[in-house]
Amino acid sequence: MMSEFLTGREKQIVRSGTTSEAILCAKPSLAGSVSQRACVFCGSRVVLYPISDALHLIHGPIGCAVYTWDIRGALSSGPELHRNSFSTDLQEKDVVFGGEKKLYASLIELIDRYKPKAAFVYSTCLVGVIGDDLEAVCKKVGLEKSIPVIPVQAPGFNGTKKDGYKVACEALATLVGTSDREIPKFSINILGDFNIAGELWLLLDYYRRMGIHVNATITGDGRVDAIRNAHKASLNVVQCSGSMMYLAKLMQEKYGVPFMRVSYFGLEDMSEALYGVAKFFKDKDLMIKASEIVKEEFLRIMPVIKEYKEKLQGKKAAIYVGGSFKAISLIKALRLIGVQTVVVGSQTGTSEDYELIQQLCDEGTIIVDDSNPIELSTFVKEKKADIFIGGVKERPIAYKLGLGFCDHNHERKEALAGYEGMLNFAKEIYATAMSPVWQFTR
Amino acid sequence: MDIAVKEGPESFSSLRNACKLCSPLGASVVFKGIEGCIPMIHGSQGCATYIRRYLISHYKEPVDIASSNFSEETTIFGGHKNFNNGLDNIIKQYHPGVIGISSACLSETIGEDINMLIKEYEASNKDTDLPVLIHASTPGYQGTHIDGFHDTVTASVAVLAEENQSGTHINIFPGFVSPEDIRHLKDILDSFGFDYVLFPDYSDSLDNPNWSEYHLIPPGGTPVADLRRTGSASASIEFGYVLNEGTTNSRIKKNKQSFTAAKWLEKNRNVSANRLGLPIGIRETDRFFELLKKLSGKETDRKYTMERGRLIDSYVDGHKYLFGKRAIVYGDEDLVIGTVLFLLEIGIEPVLIASGGVGESLKPILDRLTEGKTKDIPVMNNMDFESINEKSDALKPDILIGSSKGYYVARRLGIPIVRTGFPVHDRFGAQRLQHVGYKGTQQLFDRIVNALIEHKQEDSAVGYKYM
Ligand code: SF4
Ligand code: SF4
Repeated sequence: MMSEFLTGREKQIVRSGTTSEAILCAKPSLAGSVSQRACVFCGSRVVLYPISDALHLIHGPIGCAVYTWDIRGALSSGPELHRNSFSTDLQEKDVVFGGEKKLYASLIELIDRYKPKAAFVYSTCLVGVIGDDLEAVCKKVGLEKSIPVIPVQAPGFNGTKKDGYKVACEALATLVGTSDREIPKFSINILGDFNIAGELWLLLDYYRRMGIHVNATITGDGRVDAIRNAHKASLNVVQCSGSMMYLAKLMQEKYGVPFMRVSYFGLEDMSEALYGVAKFFKDKDLMIKASEIVKEEFLRIMPVIKEYKEKLQGKKAAIYVGGSFKAISLIKALRLIGVQTVVVGSQTGTSEDYELIQQLCDEGTIIVDDSNPIELSTFVKEKKADIFIGGVKERPIAYKLGLGFCDHNHERKEALAGYEGMLNFAKEIYATAMSPVWQFTR
Repeated sequence: MDIAVKEGPESFSSLRNACKLCSPLGASVVFKGIEGCIPMIHGSQGCATYIRRYLISHYKEPVDIASSNFSEETTIFGGHKNFNNGLDNIIKQYHPGVIGISSACLSETIGEDINMLIKEYEASNKDTDLPVLIHASTPGYQGTHIDGFHDTVTASVAVLAEENQSGTHINIFPGFVSPEDIRHLKDILDSFGFDYVLFPDYSDSLDNPNWSEYHLIPPGGTPVADLRRTGSASASIEFGYVLNEGTTNSRIKKNKQSFTAAKWLEKNRNVSANRLGLPIGIRETDRFFELLKKLSGKETDRKYTMERGRLIDSYVDGHKYLFGKRAIVYGDEDLVIGTVLFLLEIGIEPVLIASGGVGESLKPILDRLTEGKTKDIPVMNNMDFESINEKSDALKPDILIGSSKGYYVARRLGIPIVRTGFPVHDRFGAQRLQHVGYKGTQQLFDRIVNALIEHKQEDSAVGYKYM
């Protein structure tokens, strides 16, 4: 028998069609819950991480740095400096006497050794408490070494992962606009794709075929120089609203670069994105090319999708991912292959997204914000889900209960964006739903 | 500032790809080894989430670790409200028998007195049937996950071990070994007919079979009743030479002296302590069996003399593939020591012995145990992987032996890596890796020989399929 749910969490759980109430979200996790959420630092780190020619130094005790060493599948086509974990490894004496000297020495030696184009310096909980003047040290080193040294003020206790996204965007904003190179006419920036398993490269190919120039990719396969010049683009195309919207808004205010929110996940959303960009430039040619690409890809992919759909018809899925925007795309993509979503939730959802999810889902679908293992395991049992879509932390829950699983987090090694990604997704769902191993578990 | 950048690890004040983890991780593993226990980290959310993820990726099991979720307010006004709410919520949700509370950097720095918080909590809930509350002080900026591990073993024993008439049972504290290792040790102890308490026993809780019902707290673990019995045992056995004694000297606040559980029981409960190295290799495993013979008054079961015999037989069969091969060994100090002693038995030459452990005892202990054989080998504490990486070219190693995090070094060098210890994040079956006993050594030996053979085979222009 399951224990009762934590009181104080009822409002973060709704059943679609049974209530007109909006879901409560953006609440700090309750003490004592085993939240699947991470911290502010984590949020900033995941966003900035793919900038591969920058030094990422984590000022704090060792844990924060070592647990985030090269755990994400964000690929780079060039430098790989980002795949290291640099830490000031604060010790007890630093806690007592302050860590500024160590930070300074670390920055100098690492910049000398690795010659990065910029340095991001993350503060963590401990630094937030011992009161090191991160900003002053960064400024000093920046002057001495003549590269941007950017403080990322991200003590973990200062909020949730989502707050970390904002901190990261602020850090990026200090880079944007510090270079002035001319770029071609139809130029966009891609915001919010992290090039997991090379996804960005799929997108670049579509845009190239369309005749669009991609100026800066922020931050997937990201480079400091390109980000510095990002304000020159005509449009910011922002994926997965959670992490990068803030930067898009900042750039609109400061440089007048408009933005567009897209999702590259699933056929509909991917096509919408291409059409949207073409529409923005009000160019007939672009529009024609976009529809050519869409047609070509649909012709290639739909027959395969149909086959999957026939076999997967009637399967039920539970979704628990980082952001609610991604959840929306997933619901649609699953529907395309005949899978019904019965549980959906996210770590850091927004109320608008949740509302949309409520409309999108069938009656009785459970919608939940900032969930935990107890709830998740209860929900998937109750709803008789066959497949769970989530991150590493959810995988063992799914497997222990005899459910199939699809990793839709940033650690995965499969590209799931774009048309090609939809095929990979269908293949993975199919493989996990149809495996003969479940005959021994259910 | 007088930091000049030279090559070599000593000149870096930062850590570059650390070869250590923080102490609450070790504490959480130990708490998972107590029956009915939920670990809680008193600190911010991120630490617990990261540690969970790290453990899940290794054990492929659900690992629930609660957090008291510090917010900005908490860090200013103190964590007692979060602490109490945290415990309330865990009890309501999980109905645990035990809550294992470890501290984190943040709670330690703002000076939380967790023992007092526990007393207050117990006092204000006198009328309810509370779970056992165990606290280990584990600031991440002191020592490593290994210190956190052993400190927590000691803390748990110190809270629970009762002073009773001495019994006939023994205690065994194997340290941070794999679930399969623990199962093997239990088989060995059973074969001698011991009544024993093995702690921490996460052989089930971190390696469970598939379930039909979800378990909020995975079955398995050392029962609390057994932990109480540790105080009346006739003897304790602990594996490790460095344990948590390596870092005591580097502590500023000498607010606590680190005892191992066996030493604590010897001092406070009169249970004699027997310290052995991790039983890896013939010699160290022989010493373990000798001790078991002495304590039980029985002979070693034929099953194990046969295992020993087969191991020696394979040493002979495989020796030519190994002799003179150069190995870089890295990881937790005691596993490194066990591995090095084993390698010296089979003719592999360690050329760099590295640990992320922060004490200074690794080198002197190794020199003593090997009677000087490691004297001219670089033995380095507080190492990180970039330092190993930079040194490795000159050392011309043939193989790396340690956690999966060294893979990138092996890949760059184009040499094999044999994964041992924790973490193993890039291979399947980390829970079932064996290291200890004749049988564990056998597995390790086979893996090393095969890695070297495979490398030679793949490198060969001929592609032979017979050897
Ligand atoms: S080092 Fe300290 S702050 Fe960082 S994860 Fe470990 S306990 Fe938390
Ligand atoms: S110490 Fe703070 S910043 Fe570091 S992992 Fe924990 S919560 Fe995040």
